[in-house]
Amino acid sequence: MTTEHVRPNYILIWGYLFVLTVIEVAAAFLSHIPKHWLIIILVILAVVKALLVAIYFMHLKFERWRLRLIFIIPLPLAAILVLATITEKIW
Amino acid sequence: MTHATATANMMHPPAPAEPGSGVYSNKLGMWIFLASDVMFFTALIGSYIILRFGMREPWAAPGAVLNVPLTGINTFLLICSSVSMVKAYAAIVDGKKYFLRPVPGKLLRDGGLKFWMLVTIICGAMFVGVQVVEYFKLVQHGLTPAGFREGSHFAEVALADPAKYGAATAGLFGSTFFTMTGFHGFHVTCGVVSMLYLYFTKVLPEKYSPQDYRGIETIGLYWHFVDLVWIILFTIVYLI
Repeated sequence: MTTEHVRPNYILIWGYLFVLTVIEVAAAFLSHIPKHWLIIILVILAVVKALLVAIYFMHLKFERWRLRLIFIIPLPLAAILVLATITEKIW
Repeated sequence: MTHATATANMMHPPAPAEPGSGVYSNKLGMWIFLASDVMFFTALIGSYIILRFGMREPWAAPGAVLNVPLTGINTFLLICSSVSMVKAYAAIVDGKKYFLRPVPGKLLRDGGLKFWMLVTIICGAMFVGVQVVEYFKLVQHGLTPAGFREGSHFAEVALADPAKYGAATAGLFGSTFFTMTGFHGFHVTCGVVSMLYLYFTKVLPEKYSPQDYRGIETIGLYWHFVDLVWIILFTIVYLI
């Protein structure tokens, strides 16, 4: 349990998450962005929000690399799984 | 370090770190579980993507069937509960076990572990409650895992505007929607039950201290992960 690090401003992270959520909903329903661009923008926004939660709330920023790896290693596997299923459609 | 001192260290908080990983075993176990949960949700999301984008017929437009404002509020609730969870963690690291305490010269009282854990539990329970209401409304209007129920409201409007409501893909829409949000709701329910258990057995009896707060940190990791999954699900199920 390492507590020596500088504590992040949790309320500020909450503010970021809230603003990003509002932007997401607004982009999805109020904007006239073409559909494929909209999907890319929304996915990027969701990944940014997920990273904010993982890095600051789950304290990955302050953990050792060997612990971070436990969380990072499944991500390429997850990407392979999704991409492999997407290629089903292409071929 | 002799064997005797090593044993003595094992007996006392802070929790001993596992050799190799450098963290205590509860936390390591939770991280490994979360890694497996990443794959679990990826399987659900991956099959959703192939089912949805492999279809020639249009999928229901965002907001046509699902109530996005209600779920937007729900997303906000879950984000709030994640923040209150991390505030609970910060409170016990600082040794604040109390509920609320007045701060001289400040209007707002200072929340301790008991306060922030209660806020987290209430927000989590409200999330599940809103999801149950959402399910009831959807089934009432005719969305079931098998598609639009015959003679229901959705079946009628889908007949009038098949493209907007995704009439041809309603069965896939219903089954993927209920599977993904249902499994996520199950995770939230498990989290709320676990937190309630901890609240009455450990938090209220003040068994956590700045020297040992393993339970709070471990359930916190789980809770933030559930929030993280919802952030992804909200985007791909409700907004896209």
